[in-house]
Amino acid sequence: MTSALATARMTASSFDPKRVRADFPILSTTVHNQPLVYLDNAATTQKPSAVIERIVDYYTTENSNVHRGVHLLSETATASFEEARMKVKSFIGAAEAAEIIFTRGTTEGINLVASSFVAPRLHEGDEVLITAMEHHSNIVPWQLLCEAKGAHLRVVPIDDRGDVILEELETMLTDRTRIFAFSHVSNALGTVNPVERMIAMAHGRGVPVLVDGAQAVPHIPVDVRALDADFYVFSGHKLFGPTGIGALYGKRSLLEAMPPWQGGGDMILSVTWAKTTFNQIPYRFEAGTPNIAGAIGLGAAIDYVGKVGLRNIAAYEDELLAYGTEKLAAIPGLRMIGTAVKKASVLSFTLEGVHPHDIGTIVDQEGVAIRTGHHCAQPVMERFCVPATARASLAFYNTREDIDALGAALNKVIEVFR
Amino acid sequence: MRDLYQEIILDHNRNPRNYKKPGDANREAEGYNPLCGDHYKLWLTLDGESIRDFGFDGSGCAISKASASVMGTLIKGKSADEARAMYETFRKLVTGEQKPDIEEAGKMAAFGGVSDFPVRVKCAILAWHAMKGALEGADTVSTE
Repeated sequence: MTSALATARMTASSFDPKRVRADFPILSTTVHNQPLVYLDNAATTQKPSAVIERIVDYYTTENSNVHRGVHLLSETATASFEEARMKVKSFIGAAEAAEIIFTRGTTEGINLVASSFVAPRLHEGDEVLITAMEHHSNIVPWQLLCEAKGAHLRVVPIDDRGDVILEELETMLTDRTRIFAFSHVSNALGTVNPVERMIAMAHGRGVPVLVDGAQAVPHIPVDVRALDADFYVFSGHKLFGPTGIGALYGKRSLLEAMPPWQGGGDMILSVTWAKTTFNQIPYRFEAGTPNIAGAIGLGAAIDYVGKVGLRNIAAYEDELLAYGTEKLAAIPGLRMIGTAVKKASVLSFTLEGVHPHDIGTIVDQEGVAIRTGHHCAQPVMERFCVPATARASLAFYNTREDIDALGAALNKVIEVFR
Repeated sequence: MRDLYQEIILDHNRNPRNYKKPGDANREAEGYNPLCGDHYKLWLTLDGESIRDFGFDGSGCAISKASASVMGTLIKGKSADEARAMYETFRKLVTGEQKPDIEEAGKMAAFGGVSDFPVRVKCAILAWHAMKGALEGADTVSTE
């Protein structure tokens, strides 16, 4: 037991935020003549040199179209692109690479599932179930679909801490529910949902689930098979990868039964005036030339995160979040929005008498980048009766010094508005 | 930072003037900035060409609220044309298009610092847009 403890300690202490910071060139730049303190990671994360260099390398030595040419470059590009798919597959624990569809990001993944999986089975009077903490990207596609089909969008409420009320979920899963779509981690509140339990509850009623993992994959290890998720979506740019690339995981049996989404090249086997034969999964859902460099960059980001280790990241960030929570709680007039039992990364708050937008401008002058506004989650703001919040969101390259800088900047805000 | 958050702005944010609907208001408009959630209702009592009364309420950042409040104190008792001319002066001031003539700008001059913060220009100009809309008889104005 002693040796197990020692190993655990060693793993935790082997993570050095100072060392990983050196991997991110932007973190040593300045804004308004102040060192950059980047605390807007829920909006997008910074990119390590490994990702930036891999993209440069691709365009410098491998650039070509995929799945087409017989020439060497095309073969190389195709191999790199498909290798990236393998990396995504291993990263989230999918059974096979064919279950990974490259998308533009989380939003596109949700829209694809709405159009191709849910739409054909959604009829008048049926229900789509989401939760009260969803990002607009997991609300609007369902609103559009329900409106077109005469179906109902139902919303599982959350409590004052920002936790989903599971007793309500139990009663809202009905035999009319065609999909239950919810976030793994809330972008506005930081709530980590008990995903495994929520999926089991849905499956108990025969309801398929889509999990929005955009805010989860940068912070906690995800295993889609252990969770038994039917669909799982995320974005590359929140995982230290490039923008414009993301992934949709779907169980093979579900993907195979789904009609194509967009038509074009790459998603077909043969095209004649009489009949077009569609390609197999995952290509059936990837019409047109894909974001090749983006996918390869995402693969590099996954390699990088793998080297740092998501377990190390999660343990370190938990500690940092606790430090930040305590530090902010000491600021007079500060109200934390989102105090769920289990949280990741997010410190969302208001300051008495100061609009979040003014907070954002003043702390920016001190070099501290945070997000202010409704965080694309207006219903969440309404739930907590605030027009907007200020939000600091952490990544593993943040430090206690970053939190201290935020605290000092917030004290400046209070000084100005006193 | 004090260049942006001048004492006049902080004061009008804390104690907005004309912060209620005039009983005899005959024009109204809504100003909404969906990006940051600034959201105001604004009323005018037009007596022929003259702005006899003004009022507003709603919520938003200090810049947008102080701007609505200061605007009210400037346009009350003025003609619609004078108010439109002030809108032009204010717009040029906050976008940095023209250095303010202190004489002409008066209380507006406090908003001169906004031009150094491009993302805040729409906060400053929101109520002015809405006022202009109310004069034209429009309903909702957005600065997006």
